[in-house]
Amino acid sequence: MHGSSGSQHELHELHRRLRVVKVGILIVIGLLAFRVWQLQIHEGDRYRGLSEDNRTRTVLLEPARGLVYDRNGALLANNVPSFGLYVTLEDVPDREVLIRQLVDLIGLDEELVREKLAGAGSRFVPRKIKDRLTLRDAALIESRRFDLPGLMVQAESQRNYPAGVTGSHLVGYVGEVSEAQLNHPEFSDLHQGSVVGQYGVELTFDRFLRGRAGERVVEVDARGHEKRTVRVYKPQAGDDLYLTIDIRLQHLAEDLLGEEFGAIVALDPTNGELLALASRPAFNPNALSRELTKKQWATVVNHAGRPLTNRATQGQYPPGSTLKIVMAAAALETNTIVPSTEIGCSGGYRFGRRVYRDWKAGGHGLMNVHGALVDSCDVFFYTVGQRMGIETMAAYMSRFGLGQQTGVDLPSEQSGIVPSPAWKKKVKKEPWFPGETISASIGQGFITVTPIQMAQVTATVANDGVSFRPHLVGAVMERTTGRVQELPIVARGRLNLRKKTLRIIKEAMKEVVTEGTARRAESTLITIAGKTGTAQTVSLRIGAKDDVSKKLRDHAWFVAYAPADHPRIAVAVLVEHSGHGGSAAAPLAKELIETFSKLPPMAPVVTEVASSVATPDPAPATRGSL
Amino acid sequence: MIDRVIDGRGLDNFDWRFLATVGAILLIGILSLYSITSGQSGSGLPLYGKQMIWILMGSGAFLAMLLTDYHKIARVAYVLYGIVLLLLIVVLIVGKTSHGAQRWIPLGPFAFQPSEFAKLVLILVLARYFASAPREGWLPRVVIPGLIMAPGLILILQQPDLGSALSFLAIFMGVLLLVGVRSKALDLILLFSLMLFPFVWEIMWGALHDYQRERIVAFVDPSYDTGGKGYHALQSRIAIGSGELLGKGLYGGTQSQLDFLPEGHTDFIFAVFAEEWGFVGVLLLLGLLGGLMILAMEIAVRAKDLLGTLLASGIIAMLSFSVIVNIGMTVGIFPIVGIPLPMMSYGGSATITTMAALGLLLNVKRRRLSLFY
Repeated sequence: MHGSSGSQHELHELHRRLRVVKVGILIVIGLLAFRVWQLQIHEGDRYRGLSEDNRTRTVLLEPARGLVYDRNGALLANNVPSFGLYVTLEDVPDREVLIRQLVDLIGLDEELVREKLAGAGSRFVPRKIKDRLTLRDAALIESRRFDLPGLMVQAESQRNYPAGVTGSHLVGYVGEVSEAQLNHPEFSDLHQGSVVGQYGVELTFDRFLRGRAGERVVEVDARGHEKRTVRVYKPQAGDDLYLTIDIRLQHLAEDLLGEEFGAIVALDPTNGELLALASRPAFNPNALSRELTKKQWATVVNHAGRPLTNRATQGQYPPGSTLKIVMAAAALETNTIVPSTEIGCSGGYRFGRRVYRDWKAGGHGLMNVHGALVDSCDVFFYTVGQRMGIETMAAYMSRFGLGQQTGVDLPSEQSGIVPSPAWKKKVKKEPWFPGETISASIGQGFITVTPIQMAQVTATVANDGVSFRPHLVGAVMERTTGRVQELPIVARGRLNLRKKTLRIIKEAMKEVVTEGTARRAESTLITIAGKTGTAQTVSLRIGAKDDVSKKLRDHAWFVAYAPADHPRIAVAVLVEHSGHGGSAAAPLAKELIETFSKLPPMAPVVTEVASSVATPDPAPATRGSL
Repeated sequence: MIDRVIDGRGLDNFDWRFLATVGAILLIGILSLYSITSGQSGSGLPLYGKQMIWILMGSGAFLAMLLTDYHKIARVAYVLYGIVLLLLIVVLIVGKTSHGAQRWIPLGPFAFQPSEFAKLVLILVLARYFASAPREGWLPRVVIPGLIMAPGLILILQQPDLGSALSFLAIFMGVLLLVGVRSKALDLILLFSLMLFPFVWEIMWGALHDYQRERIVAFVDPSYDTGGKGYHALQSRIAIGSGELLGKGLYGGTQSQLDFLPEGHTDFIFAVFAEEWGFVGVLLLLGLLGGLMILAMEIAVRAKDLLGTLLASGIIAMLSFSVIVNIGMTVGIFPIVGIPLPMMSYGGSATITTMAALGLLLNVKRRRLSLFY
């Protein structure tokens, strides 16, 4: 039976409990509201950002890199169309499957792909995993794009060097920006996969060549399919460079070196413009600008000739007798000798228990400074050096710019060594031995120079003591304004040598070619002045003998300028392990200078282009002092 | 007596508030469905149009349940339960498979889900059981009702449908909490465990390894997020959070419009609404849902007899459980189980069942003055 009192009691109890439940439900709904407040108000900004990341993909629009021309407008670096392969990790369902597909489909290097996918960078930003896809591979991937979510083929431009190996050390090459570089503020506008200069002017002028990337922001749905373009920022192409190089001379200089290892530097002594800057062995920048596997890299880096070393600016060699130019100037300027001072040469110079030999076994007899330069008499300069002392010698070497970078617009220039007692104490932790002064007098021992430094020394003498910073880039075509800006010529300094000193040295250098050690450089087309040198690689044993293995043979030097009376070109030639400067280096300089003399006079860089685009202000030479 | 109900006595203030609240929630649901499906091209009626048909059919069920004396309905409760159990067996045999579970019985162009109707029938059965005779002692108060409920629960779990099973269990526990258990201590334990359930669940669930969870979830409910590693939950939180104060506006919900939010039209419709209408919209919706619960409580408390109170209580248990667990899972404090949001999620069987329940609720209120039955 269902008693009404029992029922009433049951109801009463039920009502009581219902009130408790009601409070409970309302509290829970309040908690839900609090949770939504947390999500929408407290953390709303963060979630708004996450939802934006979800829905948008930023596709970088790479800028066209600036072009590089030689001084006459010959193309040295341009861009050709190519296809790049990109992956957006967020849209890739299974990384392993993707890797397999890429390896099977277009034969990518598995390790390389793995490396790219594991690299830093946002999951939402497409990352480049391969460039220079062939048309076939690009089509293959495009045709299967629905089986390959997250993959994207993008038409873009690829750096190309029409001249190939020619000028590789000065134009350089490009490569993908490294992760270390990306952390550097200078590269803050770049992204993983961006291309930057890695060598040569591609590196030093990267800021100009780089341009500014644009971007296309697209809205995608959850399956990664594009729905619409949200906004587009157009990329800004990079500035073009006009080099001071004449590609004909550059090509010749490299050919002259041929298979030998060495360097040739040719510059205009009146303004520091580099006309040719060759280093051998060279590399193919087109190959290096591609994606290389570790193995391919190793082949380049471990090559016996170290092709990635620019011997013109990074090779450091004892100057040998070419230093006698500096020694003669120092001796005359310090009045250690007068032009008529004669010193007897019997083929050796006794110092303490040791005899320092002259290269000419029988000796040169009585010599003044003129004769000593022409015949490259060692004993004369041993004596002069001994009289001056190492400190004075070092001071003059420094005044000529040795032991310091020339400031050429190429990366990682070496400065060579000007030895002094202070330098030796610091670096070798040993005192200076007097005999070392004698070696230094003829450019042997600790002293090292780079070919471009010797070209600079020669140019300074040719230009009567006034020197300019050697440079490769003559003008920049600014993309934003369309104007061609000539870069200012920078004067390095004025040596203030006495006219008489200069006259004696220049007369002697003329005679070196006509009657002295470099008769093989004598030309019927143009008067050449020069100085030979032989850099010893092992010891003071003079002369390269045929039985000495190639590795131990001396380096051949020849520095020259022409025409002797109004110099327009200064040249330094260094050929490694090929013996005497007069025989191995001088002929190369001669041929280069003769070719130069047959060319029409060098016009200022890019005048034609300049007049057709805009008339640039003649850039005044800024005078610096040393 | 039917005359007494449908006689000239019009709808009072309370009825209007009740109907307006339900209507507003239904409208919000259609608006959200409209927003996410209007852009879809496809043949046939868009989703929001279909949902309007369900609501129309639901209104029929609402009126039927409102106008038939609830005592009469309760009288056929056991028969209805028998039919439901039969349907639950049928669904296991001929059921249409979707999301890896058999839940649907195809019926011409439609398919219906017996487990939804089972919930309402369970409410009727339990109310009838406790109201028809005094049940004394723990055996009739706890064990027998449990035995009545068990076959339904087992059949639903067989499909398997974790969401419906949990709702089913929640209705049983809710009713038992109100009338079954007499021990104060057990009472408190039950109440606390119900309230602490989400937190306890979160702690225990959180202690499991991913693979363990996946196994458990895959065992009881294969349709949900296996291997998705919380993708659904995260996308839902992003949708809601990115709505911020004022929301992204109609059609502006990128999470739902671009399909980052899964199941936006069913289980995650709260996230769709929250993304487009922001915290302001959410407060409005929670206000409406909370308000409806308060009105339902009032009906339960003021019901004339035990049967009415029990029916109202069961309906409250069903609705509040679904609302809290659904919103709780979309905001990321509960694990994701397939429980739709009443009156808003797309779905014919659920919509019709919910509206029938609401009709029954109003029925209880309208009849509280009647003296005879």
